Amino acid sequence: MKSKRISSSFKLPELTYRVWKVWMRDWDVFKKTWKVNFFPPLLEPIFYLVALGFGLGQFVQSIEGMSYIQFIAPALIAISIMYSSFFECTYGSFVRMYYQKTFDAIISTPISIEEVIAGEMLWGATRSLISSSIVLGVVAAFGLIASPLALFIPLLAFFCGLMFSALAMCFTSLAPNIDFFNYPGFLFITPMFLLSGTFFPLSQLPTAMQTFAKAVLPLTHTVDLSRALLLGNLQTSLIISIAWIAVVTPVFFVLSINLMKKRLVK
Amino acid sequence: MDSEVLIKAENLSKKYDGYLAVDGINFEVFKGECCGFLGPNGAGKTTTIRMIHCFLPVASGKLTVAGMSVSEEPREIKNMIGVAPQEENLDPDFTVMHNLLVYARYFDIPKAQALKRSGELLKFFQLEEKGNVIIDQLSTGMKRRLILARALINEPQILLLDEPTTGLDPQARHMIWDKIRSLRKQGVTIILTTHYMDEAAELCDRTLIMDHGKIIEEGTPVELIKKHIGEEVLEVNYNDQTMKMLQNAFPDARLEVLSDRIRVFSNQPHGVFENFLHKFPTSDASIRSANLEDVFLKLTGRQLRE
Repeated sequence: MKSKRISSSFKLPELTYRVWKVWMRDWDVFKKTWKVNFFPPLLEPIFYLVALGFGLGQFVQSIEGMSYIQFIAPALIAISIMYSSFFECTYGSFVRMYYQKTFDAIISTPISIEEVIAGEMLWGATRSLISSSIVLGVVAAFGLIASPLALFIPLLAFFCGLMFSALAMCFTSLAPNIDFFNYPGFLFITPMFLLSGTFFPLSQLPTAMQTFAKAVLPLTHTVDLSRALLLGNLQTSLIISIAWIAVVTPVFFVLSINLMKKRLVK
Repeated sequence: MDSEVLIKAENLSKKYDGYLAVDGINFEVFKGECCGFLGPNGAGKTTTIRMIHCFLPVASGKLTVAGMSVSEEPREIKNMIGVAPQEENLDPDFTVMHNLLVYARYFDIPKAQALKRSGELLKFFQLEEKGNVIIDQLSTGMKRRLILARALINEPQILLLDEPTTGLDPQARHMIWDKIRSLRKQGVTIILTTHYMDEAAELCDRTLIMDHGKIIEEGTPVELIKKHIGEEVLEVNYNDQTMKMLQNAFPDARLEVLSDRIRVFSNQPHGVFENFLHKFPTSDASIRSANLEDVFLKLTGRQLRE
């Protein structure tokens, strides 16, 4: 019984090109409201770079040969990747599923529920790509890009965005109401925001916490890769981060689809 | 009437959380007819509709649409069905026109064709001036009409209408009835659920009455009225003396007392009640035609369903 439940949670979904029709619906809405969507990722990194980089940075010695502002710039990109997809696939998807009944309307057409959920996650990944590209532009304007490898940031954003979307969608599948998202917000997202090698090097943490951050927190790997691309500092240890993301993303992608199906198809 | 079977249910059941919502029902829907599912709240009407358009999986039994099984070919079936659900689920992020265009895209309808079709549908439902209006600004009646327009975007052979006029004013109801009749004339097979017996009598070729997950009666509205009630109903104000008199005059009749009024249901031919009132004139008496509501209440009782 238990093994059956586990295998049904990881059943591979049947997906067709129709996934993109769901993606296009969300893209259409985004285009209509682009002004509201455009300014937060533009202004927020400016505030951080000014307050933390110029302000706090005056009191911080160089980290691994970098100025403080240089150290936090790639983290701001990684954080925007995390925030935009995570919030899109928690609050955004929940509103469409629960309040607007948009999913119900879509599955009355030839599109399946699996395709709706997959389309939502691809859209979440796209949100990450858009936001982090804007942040990348801000970072570039501050003169904080040291390598042309930074052009790979949008690619990184899409894949890491897909990972955060998949994790978010698992929470959405379990959420009894919209207030529930406060829990993953302050138990998962906020600790990651502060403890994933974002505003100080991971090596400052006790060993046990370092291990925890590398084993469990997806943002740690996102920050590592973002920093490597911005500085052009590719090391073999990054393979672990890539592998971590490459394993976690498909597992949670499939799991979230099955969990959502279980929630919605009675 | 053309009697090609389009939808067929055999021993169809559906259970949620231990509650049997649909309990082994059998029915057929014929091509081109308007078939009504009537029943109190919780009777299983919406569940049945949702199984037809593959929204809910069938728990046991067999359900086919145009010969295809709902569990095996949901995409093909959904492609030929238009659904107007009970709760409003229009996309609030878009305008009226954009709602139709996005919905057309879900059906793989090419853009040019979608534009043409959407324009025609807005015209048909008298919404052509509302194309650029956001959903929030529509009245309830306009939202209902837009839901119907959306259900027709894929030129469906089958139209499922779950309580299409609930909460509407009489003007809006009559307009929707008019549109449903005209679709029926165009050859669309229509299944509708409703609580309004006048709506069912007005629109349906055939009605199925459901209660507690079962189909308890089936037939044309006229047949059902004739079979269960007769032609006319006599209503008189209640007092003990009148009650006795009526019991003597119509020994085979069913007498029902509700809100101080006696209703006499008796399979009397036309004119018998009138003769009775000639002999015993009462100012508060009235004779009216029997209707589907009488049948419905007789079969499903007067107890409230929550």
